[in-house]
Amino acid sequence: MRLCGLWEEVELPMMNQEHDDIFEIGGKKLTSRLFTGTGKYSSDALIPDVLVKSGAQVITVALRRVDFDADTDNVMKHIPKHVILLPNTSGARTADEAVRIARLARAAGCGNWIKIEVISDSTYLLPDGYETAKATEILAKEGFVVFPYINPDLMVARSLVNAGASAVMPLGSPIGSNRGLRTREMIRILIDEISLPIIVDAGIGRPSQACEAMEMGAAACLVNTAISSAGDPVTMAMAFGEAVKAGRRAYLAGPGVVNEKASASSPLTGFLK
Amino acid sequence: MSFYPYMKQYDPKDMESFVQNVKPDDVRRVLAKHRLEPMDYLTLLSPVATAFLEDMARKAHEMTVRQFGKTILLYTPMYLSDHCVNQCRYCGFNASISLSRSRLSLDDVDREAAVVSRTGLKHILILTGESRSKSSPEYIGECVQRLARYFTSIAIEVYPLETFEYVDLVNKGVDALTLYQETYDESLYDTLHISGPKKNYLYRLNTPERACQAGMRAVNIGALLGLDIFHRDTFMTGLHAWYLQRNYPEVDISVSFPRMRPHAGAFSPEHPVADKEMVQAVTALRLFMPRSGITLSTRETAEFRNNILPLGITKMSAGSCTQVGGRSKSDAATGQFDISDERSVEEMAIDLAARGYQPVYKDWEPLSVFDEAV
Amino acid sequence: MEIQVNGQMEHVDDGLTLSDYLKHKKLESEAVVVELNLAIIPKENYPTCNLNDKDILEIVRFVGGG
Repeated sequence: MRLCGLWEEVELPMMNQEHDDIFEIGGKKLTSRLFTGTGKYSSDALIPDVLVKSGAQVITVALRRVDFDADTDNVMKHIPKHVILLPNTSGARTADEAVRIARLARAAGCGNWIKIEVISDSTYLLPDGYETAKATEILAKEGFVVFPYINPDLMVARSLVNAGASAVMPLGSPIGSNRGLRTREMIRILIDEISLPIIVDAGIGRPSQACEAMEMGAAACLVNTAISSAGDPVTMAMAFGEAVKAGRRAYLAGPGVVNEKASASSPLTGFLK
Repeated sequence: MSFYPYMKQYDPKDMESFVQNVKPDDVRRVLAKHRLEPMDYLTLLSPVATAFLEDMARKAHEMTVRQFGKTILLYTPMYLSDHCVNQCRYCGFNASISLSRSRLSLDDVDREAAVVSRTGLKHILILTGESRSKSSPEYIGECVQRLARYFTSIAIEVYPLETFEYVDLVNKGVDALTLYQETYDESLYDTLHISGPKKNYLYRLNTPERACQAGMRAVNIGALLGLDIFHRDTFMTGLHAWYLQRNYPEVDISVSFPRMRPHAGAFSPEHPVADKEMVQAVTALRLFMPRSGITLSTRETAEFRNNILPLGITKMSAGSCTQVGGRSKSDAATGQFDISDERSVEEMAIDLAARGYQPVYKDWEPLSVFDEAV
Repeated sequence: MEIQVNGQMEHVDDGLTLSDYLKHKKLESEAVVVELNLAIIPKENYPTCNLNDKDILEIVRFVGGG
């Protein structure tokens, strides 16, 4: 099997093509390129408004043991039916644990999308690329639409392409840090070299950072903490929705003309005259 | 997997109208991009882009220095055999041309290698015509094993082989393949190649990919400039390189721009390529593929090579000789083509140094070959 | 009989089905996923799934997460 085996099937990047900007992934057609999450809200009751104002059509959830002692609210009742659920495997430290969580999530009957998150380091909460690739391979074979969350590493991303991932989700900076696109250069390499959609996940703290990721050519952004922990989550959700749209538009528009200083002499090509 | 269906997605008519409709602002936009797509590369090959050659040159120079530093890798070709069963209209070794043909014995190979190695070069490119009886893969393999005593990098420019034959040659010490498609235009290819196994366009087209699959460390491709309209073959060469690099990221994919010169067959190119277009091809490719090696052969004059040197070139042949046994035999035969740059390795090194470039004689020595040679 | 639920040992009546147990815990079967001795139980099997002594149950559900 070849590295980047999918490259041949990719649509040719012709310039100035007019088309509706639909994000097709996992058999769905999305009009919004903002994914959001359900974590860390002061009240889950904010979630419906966040979804409406941001336009997000994909939302992440986690899977946990039912706690019989606490009468916790069911997050699912705040998520409208038309929104696509992207369960994550948070809590998994190994590929096997991630696979187990993914299978449980699918048994809930809310689709077959799964965000693989394998974290074996509790200090930095950085994802384990090797275990993630193993889990991706198993789950893709079982028919899951797999979204692996990784450090932006080209070789890991290539192994995910071969493993059957549907997208690659590199982190912008450590999870929950809201520090922005610290891994900018590495994400750019993934965008350039990987034929799958690149969805920037983790670390995006401000709408301008999501906008930049989209301008660079990311297929989508996943933003949770920056919205849920904002002073006004609903307004911030709207700002992220707009930022992602603006960045995407800028990407599609292509860069502007460069205004280099005019030069009368031709030092490098003078010999042609 | 094959480049053929991929390449077919680019319709020649669409390409033509695209090239003719490029506007100056399209070129400016491409020059502002951090990374080029195939159509951006074509934009830079358009007639309109020739007005931006200095901008392209500056960018290409800056990118080349950033990636490769001010170094030029030197290598030299060694012709093992000029026996050939192909009739290619443009080639001096064409089977229909009456030549006294020869093949180096292994002792001859030793003698030639000794002469070359005195210049200090450690990279050699061996060439043969196409003749499975006169220069079989086994013969080539034996020559490689002899040459491994003198050189740390052995590249082959021989007729297309099967994957298992490449694997065998890699095991014997070959680390690089050079193979030119000559032209990517299928019907033109058919008229240029009158007879012989080379007539099989598709087999040749898939050859660089077989070499990649066989574990070749570096693969160098190209088209013989002058056969087809300039921008067509330069675009397809770049697209082919791009495709290979994407699918075989572990292989060093590089490109040559051999421009047709007069030679014994007296074939005059249908679409002669001007110096300006050579500059356009080299700089556009550099912008399209920032990390790829670009080779300029001794078909070019010393003056032109000196001038184009900073615009993206990373590799040059030196002390070239296109005759079988041309270095050690006094009765050496006709060459495949006439070389225009007659400089010796030493003269070349002096010229490079004068321009602030370091000549590199050796940048590679595979451990496995070292082990096997013992 | 004794069963283990989400890591805790628990005493329940003999002859209980999974549906009975969830009802007893006031859990809607739609809202949870159940793993019995490491095998996921399809929701439609809850009424016929008998619990036995020493069974290990994991009962999970979706919660907020990013």
